Amino acid sequence: MALDKHMKILVVDDFSTMRRIIRNLLRELGFENISEADDGNTALPALRRGGFDLLITDWNMPGMTGLELLEGVRSDPELAMLPVLMVTAEAKREQIIAAAQAGVNGYIVKPFTASTLKEKLQKIFERISAGSGSPS
Amino acid sequence: MKNADPQGREPLALARRLVEQLEAGDGEAAQQTIDVLARIRETELFRELGVLTRELHKALKSLQVDSRLCEIADDIPDARARLSHVIELTERAAHRTLTAIESGLPLADDLSHRARVLAERWQKFLRRELCVEEFRNLSREVDEFFASAQRHGSQLQACLADALMAQDYQDRTGQIIRRVIALVQDVEDGLVKLVRISGQHATRQTERTTERDMERDRRGHGPPIPGQGDDVVHGQDEVDDLLSSLGF
Repeated sequence: MALDKHMKILVVDDFSTMRRIIRNLLRELGFENISEADDGNTALPALRRGGFDLLITDWNMPGMTGLELLEGVRSDPELAMLPVLMVTAEAKREQIIAAAQAGVNGYIVKPFTASTLKEKLQKIFERISAGSGSPS
Repeated sequence: MKNADPQGREPLALARRLVEQLEAGDGEAAQQTIDVLARIRETELFRELGVLTRELHKALKSLQVDSRLCEIADDIPDARARLSHVIELTERAAHRTLTAIESGLPLADDLSHRARVLAERWQKFLRRELCVEEFRNLSREVDEFFASAQRHGSQLQACLADALMAQDYQDRTGQIIRRVIALVQDVEDGLVKLVRISGQHATRQTERTTERDMERDRRGHGPPIPGQGDDVVHGQDEVDDLLSSLGF
């Protein structure tokens, strides 16, 4: 299925190089409307200002972690339905399960490839248009 | 009555004798017995003092051996600065590489796009579908394409060379990290010695570990390193399997 190339995406990672890599991969997939934040504390206010269609976040960040950000998003009525893709080096099974239980829509473990990112994005929006937002 | 045993090995016997002597009113003999008892007490005291002195001496000597610990304490701020420098170097290299790629990609895109357009028209020419005017335009554009292919080519070369040179950080960061690893080893050795000197055994604290583990899980562990346990996934396929096995 075709993804909406105009969707507004927030990329959250404490390392500017990783944000730049993800931004480049997204641009390669045709997405141009991309904003960045360096942890949950800056991401959440940006999300609350509105207009975002997708959140891509790292887990391990110095201020507010990606998991806390995810929980913050899910507990905010305005943001609760926002699709969240986690892109992280955190690889413990318990953590992946915790993220799924917290309502993540997709989980990508670093290091990852461009095709994994594309596949997960497609899956997220397929499921959303099919009416269920559970992750894979 | 016999005098006290000069070796004084039996304080109880001596005490009994002292009582007998005092009861018998033999003051002089009693005084001698008291002297013997006092000597026994002193000898014991000196022996214990000797043991304590030797132990103190040993402990002080081991502490001197571990003056390396003081050096290590001096080295730690230095190690922090070194590791921060590693972050700086790797970040700079990554940005330099990304810049090279970002400036190279549009050139490559442009080249392949224009080559594709020209190739289509070239095919038309081969099929003799172009009029003279169209052929004249085509040959002019091919000419321009050759010129820009050369220009783009050398720009791309420069980008790739820059991306190549950006990798030189690995040599320096590798050396820095190796030194810090050596320092960590020294710290470990020093701490183990210190624990041994203080005579305490490192006791594993098993209580509340699950709680602590959960908190660590929430904060994040950072990238796993090779050889870590079974509770860590290896690659995206295992993530996908795990989530689908749970019905997500």
